[in-house]
Amino acid sequence: MEWRDEGIVLTARRHGEGDALLSLLTFAHGRHRGLVRGGAGRRRRPLLQSGNRLACTWRARLPEHLGHWTLEPLRLYAATLLEDAVGLAAVGSACGLLELGLAEREPHPRLYAALLSLLDHLAAAAPDRLARYVRFELLLLEELGFGLDLSACAVSGRTDDLAWVSPKTGRAVARTAAGRWAPRLLPLPPFLVADAPATPADLLAGLRLTGHFLERHVLAPRERLQPLARQRLLALLERSAA
Amino acid sequence: MAAVEVERLIRLLQRLPGLGPRSARRAALALLERPDTLLRPLLDALAVCAERVRRCSRCRNLDVGDPCAVCADPERDDTLLCVVERVEDLWALERAGSFRGRYFVLGGTLSALDEVGPEDLGVDLLLRRVREEGVREVVLALGATVDGQTTAHYLAERLRPLAVTTTRLAHGVPMGGELHYLDEGTLEAALRARQPFRAGHEPS
Repeated sequence: MEWRDEGIVLTARRHGEGDALLSLLTFAHGRHRGLVRGGAGRRRRPLLQSGNRLACTWRARLPEHLGHWTLEPLRLYAATLLEDAVGLAAVGSACGLLELGLAEREPHPRLYAALLSLLDHLAAAAPDRLARYVRFELLLLEELGFGLDLSACAVSGRTDDLAWVSPKTGRAVARTAAGRWAPRLLPLPPFLVADAPATPADLLAGLRLTGHFLERHVLAPRERLQPLARQRLLALLERSAA
Repeated sequence: MAAVEVERLIRLLQRLPGLGPRSARRAALALLERPDTLLRPLLDALAVCAERVRRCSRCRNLDVGDPCAVCADPERDDTLLCVVERVEDLWALERAGSFRGRYFVLGGTLSALDEVGPEDLGVDLLLRRVREEGVREVVLALGATVDGQTTAHYLAERLRPLAVTTTRLAHGVPMGGELHYLDEGTLEAALRARQPFRAGHEPS
């Protein structure tokens, strides 16, 4: 069988001497793996960097086989980001989380579109790129079935003054309704519920919020730590917030 | 059908890079057909290497001595330290013959999914060398890959408090490279790193 699609490189691992096992997030076929002949070689390796957008053809005799990729570049985002420490960390983190969290061959077109938009903003070094990154993680949680409910306060039903999130239910809590429980709740940065600019401290709070739920629902069940790139992104933000 | 011992030799040769089952069989046959000129000298060389080659405790290069020949060379510039991913990168730079400083071999790059962290790359040893050996410039000669440059950014941050100049290799068009054969990423990097053209420059 054979199909054509487009995809974003999540990971590429060397397979044998000259080949590579490539995992792509494709638009219509979800996270999909396959073999790239000559993928470890000098000519193909630049294509197989995390975050690159490729036109792909997957071929195998039977659908359950690993299959082979034939690839053409659409946009090589990785090359644009090599000099940007924050951009590299964000790409590594997004690709790592998708690789760890998504089931294979399950389409997530919204996530694909969000990743593409994130890559565009990272490549352009847009000022709101990290706010978009935090929203991307929120979308990832939602697509995996663990979305947070930030629409109204779980206690009072208010839709304004939302300042906290319950670490158990993932539902928002208003500042006034939190009461003595406030120290046990996770801070909800304003940019996630309103059209507000995000300070480094807000971005850090956003990453800690999504990190808590990613850890709980995605990483811990798989006995995995959060990707090193995400830890690095947190460290870079901690420094700029300080 | 070869003897068990020969099959074992073929299986071992097959594990070497560049050798598949057929080429391992050819290599084994070549060795067995030339015992005096090939097999025994190779055996001696392998025995010597197995006995004497070890990792240098200063730079993590492979050599017969510790410190290795590069670290022990008094003619080299102690203030210049080049950080490479693997021993083969060090050998490549040495073949080029244009770098006269010291080296440090990381042994890989930080990798998000393979959980290769700073402790696996000997970063603390690198920082100690920079602190204690009067290094003034660290050249981060790491691959132009996402993992390579993530590692370079990480090292640059760790080196910042030590007040050393941190540089990296240029990315762009290779010698003999024709533009229409280059991938878009390399072209983009080369365009970003373009330099003023020194027309009429006279060699000094």
